Amino acid sequence: MIIAVYLSMYAGLLLFVGGCIWRIREYARLPFHLRWELYPVPHEEPSRAKHGGSYFESGDWWLSSQTMHSRGDWMAMFREIFLLRGLWEFNRSLWLPSFLFHFGLYLAIAALGCGLLAGSAGAAFAGGALAPLAILLGAVCRWTGMAGAGLVLLGAALLLEERLANPALRNYTKIGDIFNLIFFLAAFILLGTGFFVQTAPVDAVFRGALRFDRSLHVAPVAGMGVVLASALAAYIPFTHMSHFIAKYFTWHSVRWDDRRNARDGALESEVAASLRKRPTWAAAHIGADGQRSWAEIAAINPAEEVRK
Amino acid sequence: MSQPISLQDLSETDRQPLVHLENEDLMPLPDPLGSPAEDHAWTPLSAQCVERFECALDDTCAVNVPRPKTPEQEKELVARFLSGLDKLFDKENNWTFLQPLLLTMEHCTGCQTCAKSCHIFEASGFNELYRPTYRSEVLRRLYFRYVKHGGLLSAWQHGSIHLNWPLVARLIELSYRCNLCRRCAQSCPIGCDNGLVAHELRKLFSQEMGIAPREIHEQGSMLQLKAGSSTGMTTEIVKDNVAFIDEDISERTGIEVRTPWDVKGADVLLIHNAGEIMAWPENPGAFALILTLAGVNWTMSSELAGYDSINYGLWYDDAQMARMALKHVEAARKLGVKQIVVGECGHAHKALCVTADRLLTGDLNIPRTSWLPLVRDIVFSGKIKFDPSRNDFPVTLHDPCNMVRLMGVVEPQREIVRALCPQFREMEPHGVENYCCGGGSGFAIMSGNNFPDWRFHVAGRKKMEQVLQAFADCIGPETPKYLCAPCSNCKGQLRDMLAYYDLWEKNRILYGGLVELIVNAMTEVKPGFIEWEWR
Repeated sequence: MIIAVYLSMYAGLLLFVGGCIWRIREYARLPFHLRWELYPVPHEEPSRAKHGGSYFESGDWWLSSQTMHSRGDWMAMFREIFLLRGLWEFNRSLWLPSFLFHFGLYLAIAALGCGLLAGSAGAAFAGGALAPLAILLGAVCRWTGMAGAGLVLLGAALLLEERLANPALRNYTKIGDIFNLIFFLAAFILLGTGFFVQTAPVDAVFRGALRFDRSLHVAPVAGMGVVLASALAAYIPFTHMSHFIAKYFTWHSVRWDDRRNARDGALESEVAASLRKRPTWAAAHIGADGQRSWAEIAAINPAEEVRK
Repeated sequence: MSQPISLQDLSETDRQPLVHLENEDLMPLPDPLGSPAEDHAWTPLSAQCVERFECALDDTCAVNVPRPKTPEQEKELVARFLSGLDKLFDKENNWTFLQPLLLTMEHCTGCQTCAKSCHIFEASGFNELYRPTYRSEVLRRLYFRYVKHGGLLSAWQHGSIHLNWPLVARLIELSYRCNLCRRCAQSCPIGCDNGLVAHELRKLFSQEMGIAPREIHEQGSMLQLKAGSSTGMTTEIVKDNVAFIDEDISERTGIEVRTPWDVKGADVLLIHNAGEIMAWPENPGAFALILTLAGVNWTMSSELAGYDSINYGLWYDDAQMARMALKHVEAARKLGVKQIVVGECGHAHKALCVTADRLLTGDLNIPRTSWLPLVRDIVFSGKIKFDPSRNDFPVTLHDPCNMVRLMGVVEPQREIVRALCPQFREMEPHGVENYCCGGGSGFAIMSGNNFPDWRFHVAGRKKMEQVLQAFADCIGPETPKYLCAPCSNCKGQLRDMLAYYDLWEKNRILYGGLVELIVNAMTEVKPGFIEWEWR
C-alpha cells in the first residue's frame, strides 16, 4: 500500500505541475489581441478606479506616460481569490457553497505545504534542532488539513445539490461536472476518514515519501484517500477546473489590459507583427487569399472594388 | 408562455420558432407602462418572410438568411460554417480575439452568474433562449467537438450537440439577440465573456459566410466605405448640411458660428456620427458653438469617412472595423492634426480609441480621444458663462456602454450635468454598471421585418424601466423631463422607444444629447435652445 501511496503522490504532483505548465504555456503563447478591457480597471489612478474611470477621462492623456497602480490589482486579486468578491456581488446564493469549497481547498493546500515542510524538516533533522519545528508543522498540517477537508466536503456537497436542484444550473451541468464534484467528495471523505483511524500521521507520510520509507504503515482508507487526491490533482489541469490559471489571463490579459499603444513604444512592434499575419477568411468582401497580410486587407476598400 | 427549451432544440428540423413571447411573459414595467394588456401587440412576421428566410428562432427575424433550396445547399452551408469555426480558433485568422475567446470556451463553470446581469434575459421574463450561456454553450460544444476533435470522453466532459443547418441558421439569428454590452462579462467570476461569443459568431458568419444584417453591412460599413457615410452623405452634401446647421445655430443662439473644414495643423479633428447631422442637427451645431466660443483650434474633415465616426465593423467584422479606423486616422494624418476627438457616439469611441489602438502604428498612431474631457475642461475653464437655472427641469443621464463600461469615461459627463442641471438624478444602477439602451451592437438601426417589436419589448425594456424609475417623482405630463443620452445610437433607440410608448405625448419625456444641455445653459445664448419639441 505504502508504495502505491508514494508513487501516486509523485505522479500526482508531477502531472499537476506539468499540466499547469502546459496550460500556462498554451495561453501565454496565444497572439497579442485587440484591446477588450472592461471597467473598472483597478490599477487605474485611485481617484478614477473607485468609479471605474480610465485615463480617457483626462484631457491630453497622451502627453504623459501611463501609470499602473499595482496595489489596486493586488487588492482586487486578494478580494477575488480569498473572498470570491464576484460571486458575493453578483450571485450571492452561490457564494456560500463556493466560498466553503474554495477556502477549504486553500486550507488543504496550506496543509500540504506544512506537511511537506514538516516532512522535510523531520527527514533532514530527525531528532535534531528542527525536530520541534517539524512537530509543530505536523500538528498545523493535521488540523489545517482536517478543517480544509471538512470545508471542501461541505462546499462540494452544497455545490452538488445546487447543480442538481437548481434548474438554471442543471441545464448546463454535464456528467463531467457531477463526476468532478463526486471525485472531490470521495477523495476528501477518504482523507478525512483516514485522520480518525490508526495510521501514520500526515507529516510522517510526507517524510516517508521524501525518503521512500517503505516501513511506514498507512491504513487502507487513508492510503486510498492519498491515491485519489493525487489522481484528482493530476486531473485538474486538464479540465475547466484549472480556472485558477485561466483567471490570471482573463483578468490581466483581457479585462485589465489597458496598456496604451504609444507611438514608437514597445507595443507597436507587437502590433506590426500581428498585422503581418495572413488570414484566409472566405467571404468576398474580406479579400483574403492567404497571401495578403492583415495590414494589406485592412487597406482594401471593398466598396471601391465593387464599383469597378 | 413557451415550453422550456434545451440546447438540443436548436437543431430541431421542423422550422418552427423555438420560443414565442407574450406581453404577459415579460418583465413588468412601472407605471405608466405597468399593464401588459395595454402594451402594443407584437407584429407577426409576414408569410413571405417566413417562406423566404430562416426565421425559426423566435418571434422575429433580424438577418434574413435565405432558406436553402436543397439538402445539398444545406450541407454546403454547414461545411462553410465548420470552415469558419476552425478559422475562429486559428492564430493567423483570428489573432484579434483568440485569447479571450479560447479562455471563454474552456473555462465557463456554468454558474449562471452572468444571467443575473443580462438585461435581455431578465426583460424576456427569463426566457431560456436569451440566457447568455445558452448561445455560448452551443459554441462551446461545437468547439470541443469540431475544433478540438473531441470524442466520447470530451462529450462526457463538455456535452454534445447535433450540428445541422437548422442549428447554424438559428445560431445566426441568435448572435443578433445580444447587445454586446458585456455586462455579463463584468460579473463573471472567471472572466468569461458571453458578449464576445456573440461578437465572434457574428464575425464567423460575416467573414467566412458573407452573412450579416443588411443594415449594418450593405447599408452600413459598405456604404460608408463607398460614399463616406452610412447616411449616404457625400462630402458635398455633408458640407451643405453643416453650412445650413451653422446658419440655423447662429440664428437661434445669436452667436455667429462657422464650422471649419480641412484646416491643416488644427489642434482637434472633430468627427461626429453623421447621423447627428441628419437627424439631430442641433447637436453638431452645439458642438460648433462650444468649440468656437472656447477658442479651440478645430476642424472637420471632408475626406471619405473623415466626417462620419461610425464604425459598424466593431459589431460584426474585424476587417471592416480596421478599414474604417484606418480611414479615420488617414483623414487626421492628411491634415496633420494633433488629436482626433470623437463626438457623441459610443461605439465610435470604443472602435477608434480602444479597439483600434492595437491596429495603428507609426504616423497613423495619432492620439484619439473622447469629446467629454475636452468639453468638461471648457465648461469649467470659465471661458463660457453658464446659468444652470436655465436647465431647471428633471434630467437623468444614460451611460452608453461603449463609453463607460468599455472605455472608462464615467465622470466627465457627470461633472457637467451636476454643475449645469439642478434637478439631475441618476438612474440605478449607473456608471460602469449601467444597463444598455437596447439599441447596442447595431439594433438601433435594424428595423427590418418586426425586429423593432423585439427591440422595444425585450432589448430596451430594462432601460425603459430605469428611465421611468428615475422620473417616478415627476412622471406626469405637467413636468417636462430630459433624458440625456450622449450617444447617437442610444439616442436613436431611446427616440424610437419613447415614441413607441408615447412617453413624450403623455408624460413629456424628451431625449437629447449633452451638448444641447450645455448650450441651453449658456448665458450668452438666447434662452430656449432646447425647444421641447419632439424630433
